[in-house]
Formats: sequence, structure tokens, C-alpha cells
Amino acid sequence: MKQDSSVPRVEIRINECKGCHLCVAACPKKVLTPSGSFNNQGYNYAKYKGEGCIGCGICFYSCPEPGAITVYKKES
Amino acid sequence: MSTNPNILSKSKAFYDEFTRKGVEDVITTHYCPGCGHGILHKMIAEAVADLGIQDKTILISPVGCSVFAYYYFDTGNVQVAHGRAPAAATGVKRARPGSIVISYQGDGDLAAIGTAEIVHAANRGESMTVFFVNNAIYGMTGGQMAPTTTIGQKTATTPYGRKAENEGYPIKMSELISTLNAPVFVERVSLADVPNRNKTRNVVKKAIQNQVEGKGFSFVEVLSACPSGLKKTPVETNEWVKSTLHTIFPIGNYRDNTANAQAMFKKDPSSNRDDVLKALNLLDRSTDYKTSVDKTKFTDQNVRLAGFGGQGILSAGSTLSVLAMYEGLETTWIPSYGPEMRGGTSNCHVRVSNKRIGSPLVETPNVLITMNGPSLEKFESIVEKNGIIIVNSSIIDKKVTRKDVKTYYVPLTQISTDMGVPAAQSVAGLAAYLAITKVIPVEKLEYIVHKSLKRKELAEKNIAIIRKVAEYINSL
Amino acid sequence: MQKEFIKGNEAVVKGAILAGCTHYFGYPITPASEIAHAASFYMPLFGGTFIQAESEVSAINMVYGAAGAGVRCMTASSGPGFSLKAEGISYLAGAELPCVIVDVMRAGPGLGNIFPEQGDYNQVVKGAGHGNYKVVVLAPNSAQEMADHGYMAFDIAEKHRIPVMILTDAYIGQMMEPVDFPTEVKKVKRFDWAVYGDKESRQALVTSIVMSAELLEEHNIKLNKKYEKIEKEEVKYEGYKLDDADVVFVAYGVSSRIVMSAVDILRNKNIKAGLLRPITLFPFPKQACIDAASKAKKIIAVELSNGQLADDVRLAINCKKEVQHYGRMGGMTPTVEEIVSLVE
Repeated sequence: MKQDSSVPRVEIRINECKGCHLCVAACPKKVLTPSGSFNNQGYNYAKYKGEGCIGCGICFYSCPEPGAITVYKKES
Repeated sequence: MSTNPNILSKSKAFYDEFTRKGVEDVITTHYCPGCGHGILHKMIAEAVADLGIQDKTILISPVGCSVFAYYYFDTGNVQVAHGRAPAAATGVKRARPGSIVISYQGDGDLAAIGTAEIVHAANRGESMTVFFVNNAIYGMTGGQMAPTTTIGQKTATTPYGRKAENEGYPIKMSELISTLNAPVFVERVSLADVPNRNKTRNVVKKAIQNQVEGKGFSFVEVLSACPSGLKKTPVETNEWVKSTLHTIFPIGNYRDNTANAQAMFKKDPSSNRDDVLKALNLLDRSTDYKTSVDKTKFTDQNVRLAGFGGQGILSAGSTLSVLAMYEGLETTWIPSYGPEMRGGTSNCHVRVSNKRIGSPLVETPNVLITMNGPSLEKFESIVEKNGIIIVNSSIIDKKVTRKDVKTYYVPLTQISTDMGVPAAQSVAGLAAYLAITKVIPVEKLEYIVHKSLKRKELAEKNIAIIRKVAEYINSL
Repeated sequence: MQKEFIKGNEAVVKGAILAGCTHYFGYPITPASEIAHAASFYMPLFGGTFIQAESEVSAINMVYGAAGAGVRCMTASSGPGFSLKAEGISYLAGAELPCVIVDVMRAGPGLGNIFPEQGDYNQVVKGAGHGNYKVVVLAPNSAQEMADHGYMAFDIAEKHRIPVMILTDAYIGQMMEPVDFPTEVKKVKRFDWAVYGDKESRQALVTSIVMSAELLEEHNIKLNKKYEKIEKEEVKYEGYKLDDADVVFVAYGVSSRIVMSAVDILRNKNIKAGLLRPITLFPFPKQACIDAASKAKKIIAVELSNGQLADDVRLAINCKKEVQHYGRMGGMTPTVEEIVSLVE
């Protein structure tokens, strides 16, 4: 799927998320939420609501997992 | 993995896959959900990548939950014993001064079992960066009390809560480290909320940057959440860190001398042959000594020199050995040792032989040089039949009672004191021995004296004493 | 070339530096302190490193770090200090790091005293720390051998990736003798397992942790194969008038020097005495013991300890003959006459 690089967004790798939801608590725009579903490890992974991300990166630095969150900032 | 500044993703200082972790799961860490270690790992990895030092970095993994830090960091890795990370890091950094050494420890590791190691690495100002994760609990071993556990906090080993009267108080490492002169940078930060995490990112980078710039020891204490140990959700644990740990362990900078710190880069040692041989004083081993002794006719010499400390007994003994060595003879010297040392006497055993020497201990000397009364009393009886006893008659009034030995009374202290070097009295005794026995010409002592005494004037005086003693013996 | 008249404790440092040792980490303890003194004196003169550590524990862990970073490094201690190093030695053995550790034995147990003993035999030879491991143990009996062992120990350590102990005693450490030093300085190789802080070594991992039981058993089996190889390749001993000996003494360190003198006296009395002197205590010269024992009417292990060496002799000959133990302890040493009287 081709992404529009002018729109910031966050991508969560479901199977790398441990469901701690620190990202959910940290997100200033409240665009992250517990998914209510479980990944293959059994964690209630976080998901992006699909819009509203401002690319601030706060979730990235709140997440303890090296690769669970990728943040695409607005292309400068 | 990306180098695109518009994308925040897994740092390139992490491995793509954590294959050291095992085969089942090579994408996530071994840490529990919400653990602060992972957050700090990401900040360290980011700083290492940003500073362009990934190849140079050597990470020290401790014992504790972060024992497996080496699973993740694509850098050089050394995993060490519990509490010993600062010592091992010292070894690594001293061995590879060009590397960037990052030592990573938890609170039990750093502030309990490894207290000595961290305090002294800090006190030496080792050029390293230390990250200290303080989450007030032992995670890996199952939630026991940490040195930083708070008063009243219930843990597996403080089931009724930590009590100051039994366990003492939470230990404040940043404050403690900042009492030392050497550390260049000491700061306590927190991972408990967004503003603190932002601050921590900068501090992590600065602490590593300091080492890149050769500025010495940087210490960062990181207040961190252990949801499993605290038995709370990750979000609740962070709230607890803020409400409890932040009040006991104040956030802030405790030392920042980075602006004034002189950059110091240690060099590798020289491996050049001549440099090393020169350092060991082995570069020039030629000698102009001319031997006098017919080795085939040499009779074994088993000598005891005895007196009191300060008479130069031990060095006179070794002078005899050195002379024997120049003559190409076998020789051993050993100071009095073991139970016989008691009683204030100083004495040594010297053996000289034309054959390989077995025991270095002289049990039955053929020569005894006694410099004071007690040593004559103590050793008169052990001298071999027909052996020689030289008595320092300046000090010893007593006469030798044995009739089966040859005795020489020589005023050794008097002669050497009269000639201005009382410390040479035992060398005078040695001169007497050589003048009497002629096993090695007494004049040969002069060569050794010149060799061993750098001060020419002192050497001349010693030589005058040796000659005087030889004259005295010859006049007997 | 003129020899140097030097203490064993200083000679071992000079030998090590000539072997390319550039780093020394230690803690003072009598009767090993001259080793630290010498290292602190010589190391800075060519840019080497000497650190007086805050503890024996730290010193051995500094060695762990420096050895892991591929330099030739050493430490030294005595009895109580060596006990403290035991933790680190187990890690070094587990991580297969080459280094050199000198134990100048004093009398124990506990604080004991500073006089010569050989009571650390089991602790050192059987591996002082936890787990299934061994270290190579060299046993010099002269200042010359202190130098020689310092010079060769690193080669053995690196060949097998193993810590090498130099086990000596207060007499051999404190005694001065003429020593002939090598004239070449050894070059240190680069290893594929060490961390250098560069691109080529970025994949290197120094560790002793193996979380899987299967893999840790494999690691132990690999270590044990290494020890078997060492038993084949590194045995060193000296026979002194041993070839036709009816009376075989086994002794090392200062005990072997005393026994040598006793052997000479016994030979003068037409008693065929000889000395088997293990130079490596691990690997133990088992075959030499078997050979010597096969002809011997009497076998006597002489040691400054309570039968620790005698037990290894018994093991070596599979208890096929009686092995008499003669030991002094607490800092006492036997006289030559005492040893002679064991036979007459």
C-alpha cells in the first residue's frame, strides 16, 4: 500500500508490541489505543486509530521495544 | 531500520534480529511489558548511532535483568560478573583506550554487591559512561529488596515493608558519586513521563559524548519502572516512580564539569623491543667484569649474616651473591623468613656454589657473620665444625664459646663509623669474610660497590672501608 | 651476557612484560606485593598500565575486561586474596579468556601468617571457583623459572584460551637468584574472539553465560576436551637423579629445592634417591609418576601442606603403591636433614 508521505503516521508491529500501553498513555493526541485483540504472544497490542498523528515521536520514546513502533514524521 | 531523519524506527545500533536470544522469538526483547530497560536501551542505541561510534562501542552487560543487553546491541559486547561491571569496564577501557565503553548496571548490581567497584571506578575517573537503572527492586531474582528500595516498600525479602532499623535507608548513588573529585558528569534522570524521557534522551547522549571527547567518567542514574517487581500496571508503576522515587531520589544534575574538563586520550603501550628492554633495564647487558675464581676448585659457601634491622644485613648478603654471580657461580639469597624471624634479628641466607643449588636455606653455615649480640647467641651453635664466625667486636662483648670453629673479632661498626658510613658495617663484615677466606678476592667487591652505589662519593667511602677492613684482617 | 640478580617476584613480572604483557591489575598482599611493586615500576616506563585495584575481586575482573579486549594482562595475590579472586577465575575459565595469575602461597587457613606454605594446592589446581573447570598451573622453583614461566605462560594461555596460574610460595617469591632474561619481546596476536572496539570485532561477545542447559552442557564438554588436550600437550616436569631411583620424592616449589639437597646427600650415602618435580600441576605429570613409581621401593610426597600433593600422586599411580606423605605447615619448612632421615 502506498502511503502518503506528507501525512505523519505511526505504525505498530503487532507481534512486537507487549501491550504495556505506555504509548497510549503518552500520546498527546490520544490517537493510540488498546486494540482489544491479542497478538501471537498473547498481548493486547496497541493500535493507531488511523488518523490524527502529528509525528511527534513521543510514543516511540515511551515504548520499551526496539522495533514495535515506527513513526513517520511529515516529510520536510 | 532507517537513516531517514523523518522516520523514527529501530536504531541501527540494534541487531536486525536478536539471534543471541534464541530461535523462538528474535524480534522482541526479553524484558517484561512496560520495563524501563527497553526505553533506556533505545536511547543508548540512538545516541551510539547518532554519534557514529557503533564500531568503537563496547557494551558491558551486568548481572540482573539487563544481563542480556548483549542480545540487542550491535556493538562489541562483554558480559560480566555481578557487580563487577565497572571493574571489567576499567580493564576493557585501559586495554582499548580508543574504544567507547558503556557500562550498564541495575541497582542491586551497582549499589549493593558492586558498591566498591562503582565508587572506585568513579574515583579513578575512568573514561567510561555508566548507566545505572534504579527501579528500587531486584527484578531478575524475583522481586527482592534493592539497596534503593523505599522505606515501607514490600518486596520478597521485606514482606512487612522495608524498615530503616533493619535494612537501612535507600542509598542515593548520584549524591554519593558526586562527593568524589574525579567524575566529570553525574545526573539523575527519570523515564516516568514524557518530559522526563525527553530530558533523559539528551542526558544519555551527553554522557556518551563526554567519553567521545575524552572527558572522563560520566554517571547517569535512571529512575525506571519495574511493573513486574512492583506488581502494578506499567502506567501505574510510572505513576509510582513519580510519586515515590522522585521524592526520595531528586531528579537533577549533580555534577557537570564537562565545559572545563581537559580532554585526555590515553595511548597504547609501546611494543617496540628496545623501548620495552630499556624500561626493564635489560637493553645493555654487557659487562667488563673480569672473573678471578677458578670455578672447578670452588668450595661451597653457606653464609649466614645476622644482626639487627638497619645494619644493612640484607643488602650486604645480596652484595655477596651479586659478586658470586659476576664470577659465574651459582648463588641464592633469601631473607630470614618464617618463625626464625621473631626476636628482632635481621638475617639472611646466602649460598654460593659451582653447582646447581638445591635448598636456598643455610641450616649449617660454614660462615657466620654476626653484627650484634643476640645474633651471635642465636646462631653460634649452628655453625659447621671448622667453620668461621666473624664477630662485630664494636658491639658484641661476648666471646665465642665454641672451640671447633675459627673466630675473628673485627670492630666492624667502629671502622665504618670512623670512616663516615655506619650503614656500611655489614659490607665491612662481608669484606672481612672475603679477606679471611679469599674465596673471591676482596678487591672484587669494589666493582660491585661501584655498580650498585650511584653516588660516587658514597661508593668511594665504602671502598675505603672495605680496604681498611682487609688491612685489619691481614694484620691479624 | 650478564645475568640479573633478582627476586622471584620481580622476575615473573619482567618475564611477563617481555612476553608482551602490558596490563597489570592487583591488590597488595604479603608475600606477593613485590609483584605489584615491580609492575607499578616498569609498566609506566613503556606506556603499560598498572592499576592498584580497590579489591582482589576488582583486580581479577579488570583482568577479565582487559583479557576480553585482547591484551596480555596479569594479576597476582596470595592465599586470602586468591580466595577472593576465585569468582573471577571461574568467569575467566567460562569465557575462555587467556590471562596469567600468580599465587605466592602463604600459610593458612584464614589469615594464617605470611610465611611459606603450599596449602593452596587444591584450591588452585582443582579450580578455586564454581563450576566444572580447570586452569593450567605452573609451579616454578627458582627465580629463573619465575621469569621463564612469566615469559611462556601467555603462550599456553592463548593457545588453549585458558587462564594460567603460576603457583609459587613465599620462599620462591622472596628469594633472589641470578636470572637470564630473554632478549626478544613477544608480539601479541589479534584474536577473533576479543573485543577491540573496532568494526572487525563488533560481532565479538565475551561472556560466560549460557542460558540453555543443552548448550551449557555442550560448552562444558568442549571445555573438558580442551583439558584433555592440555593433558596431552602441556605436561612439564623435571627428573633429578630419577632414572635409577629406588626412593622417589615428589615435590614442587621450595619443597623441591630442599628435596634436591636431600637427594644429593642420600646419593653420597649410596642411596638411590631421586626427585620427580612436577613443573605443571595441572596437567599433572601422571605418566612420569607411573614410570618412576614402577621402579621405586619408596615414594614420598614432600610438601608444605597436608597431603594435597600426595593425593594427586596417589591418583596418578591409581594407588598401585603406597605414597608416603611428608608435610610441614603453618610456615614451617623441613630441613634437608629431616628429609634425609625419612629414608635412612
